[in-house]
Amino acid sequence: MAEISLKNLTIEFGAFKAVDDVSLTVKDGEFVVYLGPSGCGKTTTLRCIAGLVPATSGDVLFDGVRVNELSASERNIAMVFQFVSLYPHLSIKENIVFPLKARGVAKAEIARKLDWVTDVFKLGDELARYPSALPPGARQKVALARAVIRDPAVLLLDEPLSAIDEQFREEMRWELGHLQRQLGVTTIYVTHDQREAMSLADRIVLMNDSRIVQVSVPDRMFFDPVNVFAGQFIGSPSMNLIDLEPVAGGLRLGSSDVTLTAERDRLPQWALSARRPLKLGVRPINVHLTDDPAAGVVLPVDDVFSVGRERFFSFRIGDTIHQGVDKRSSRNGSEGRIHFEPEGLLFFDAATGRRVGAEDAA
Amino acid sequence: MAAADAPITPEGQAAAHAARQAKLRKRSSGRLMIFGFLSPSLAILLFMVAYPVFSLVYYSFFNFSALRQATMKPVGLKNYTFLLSDPELWERFVFTGKFVFICVTLQMLIGIFVGYQLQKNFRGRDVIFTILMMPMMLSPVVVGFLWRYMLNSEWGIVNFLLSSVGLPKVDWLGQTNAALWAAAAADTWMWAPFIALLATAAFRGIPETIYEAAEVDGASPAYRFFRITLPMSAPVLFIALILRLIDSFKQYDLFVALTGGGPGSSTETVSYAVAKTAFSYFYTGEASALAVILLLIITGLSLILVRHLTKMSEKY
Repeated sequence: MAEISLKNLTIEFGAFKAVDDVSLTVKDGEFVVYLGPSGCGKTTTLRCIAGLVPATSGDVLFDGVRVNELSASERNIAMVFQFVSLYPHLSIKENIVFPLKARGVAKAEIARKLDWVTDVFKLGDELARYPSALPPGARQKVALARAVIRDPAVLLLDEPLSAIDEQFREEMRWELGHLQRQLGVTTIYVTHDQREAMSLADRIVLMNDSRIVQVSVPDRMFFDPVNVFAGQFIGSPSMNLIDLEPVAGGLRLGSSDVTLTAERDRLPQWALSARRPLKLGVRPINVHLTDDPAAGVVLPVDDVFSVGRERFFSFRIGDTIHQGVDKRSSRNGSEGRIHFEPEGLLFFDAATGRRVGAEDAA
Repeated sequence: MAAADAPITPEGQAAAHAARQAKLRKRSSGRLMIFGFLSPSLAILLFMVAYPVFSLVYYSFFNFSALRQATMKPVGLKNYTFLLSDPELWERFVFTGKFVFICVTLQMLIGIFVGYQLQKNFRGRDVIFTILMMPMMLSPVVVGFLWRYMLNSEWGIVNFLLSSVGLPKVDWLGQTNAALWAAAAADTWMWAPFIALLATAAFRGIPETIYEAAEVDGASPAYRFFRITLPMSAPVLFIALILRLIDSFKQYDLFVALTGGGPGSSTETVSYAVAKTAFSYFYTGEASALAVILLLIITGLSLILVRHLTKMSEKY
């Protein structure tokens, strides 16, 4: 187990900068999840930590020691790949003990470790079989067993669950989280699935366009996004983003003639007097239909649809469609009175997309 | 479906029956069509393979010479017992075995080594591939003569090179052992590239992530080669091995051109003996029996190897 540090890490493929000046320290035993859209550089970062991709500049440190020049086989890392990479010509047992045999570990030690790992992953019945005989989920479990059998300094997981059936994926996710806490191994996990990130991570590293956008615990990632990208990438359905225009006594919503006011909608004072144009970010769970004529604003409402217990509705501001969560069962005609929860209102700089708060509004 | 939905009445049952009949007719006419399309090639195969093999087996039970058409005396297994008790024939088998072992081993080792180097992408790879294909395109007789010139003890380039660095000249084709190695070298020159091409294709078929996983797992390059690369390309290499075993076991024309079976008859393979018995001595019955023995050996060899291959591919 080890502490992993990246210092100003940059990785280029020809003219393309896959990773741009990334710095981060993953503490010993921590579970860190790299989250971001496809092509954001998260997998490349992971592969660089593994030693499969060289750093163009910057350093990778294991427990403070620079490992840039060490090959993957010299770094004592373990990795689980997105697409199952078991050795097809070896039995499950031979697959699992491969890392030990490759390092010339003594036979008795191998047998002891195999027993332990077989027990942890409940693989007793599978040992004599071959990878092609197992379903994808079970194969990934074997890959995980192969990864942890030799106390790696760090466990690297590259979208390990994305090739697995939905149902089994959920189960594997819980098992994985449980296992990591049990072993206490430093873990870096790459995914584009925010649910995996939110449920597994001690800390989430959100990446976009080769750079780190935000590093924080899952809760803060959700409630306290640093910019529009973070706000919209996390949370489903996605955060509504509405243009604001300052008018007398309030802020007008986009191209509509509806205005949020300081008193009724409890807008913060600084937002009314902000010099820069702002955008409003508000998550669907903070937008409701209401009957109270003293609260909310009237906007055109389109569809109401249910997903299990949750009932979503869509409303329009100009031509843009937004979403909210309807706690009630009905609505009146094609318009609805819509209430924005004041504590769910996030303000962003319209030009840069950066989050704006009271302190930097003036 | 319509037939199944019909009520169970005499008429309904008749309709169902008719539908079933139509379906059957359609299916059997399809089968007829398959045979129709296959028949030309089946006919050629029967004529070109089955007929000669049957007459070969048939002749092997007769005292018969193709020169003297008149008498075909049935002799039962006499041709076989005579051959198997002939010490000279056993020498042919021993020589053929040595030749097969040496040249197949050389071809596999060199082929795998070269194939491993060729799996990487580099400039000029296509040119090298083309050059490697060239020996294969030559006839074994041409190769035999080519090597015979190179190995000539007086003016061949091999001895010229040897003497230019102060080594003694070797009478390559005048001594049994040297001639064996010369033939093996010629055959290897011709066929090692074939193994190399197949090996390259097999090596390149192994997914990159498997290697990455092995590297992460701490496997050294040698360990990766012997535990990943070789076993994972084993099915392909095995087919190459079978092909080369069978082919070199039958080797005949290379020896005709290179050594003429000499010195004496010490570099005659079993195939060479078949040809000589049949077309120099015209002991057609005896030659047929020897050909049948050769056929059985090669068939047996192939069966063992193919069974092994099937077992290998069932595993994964």
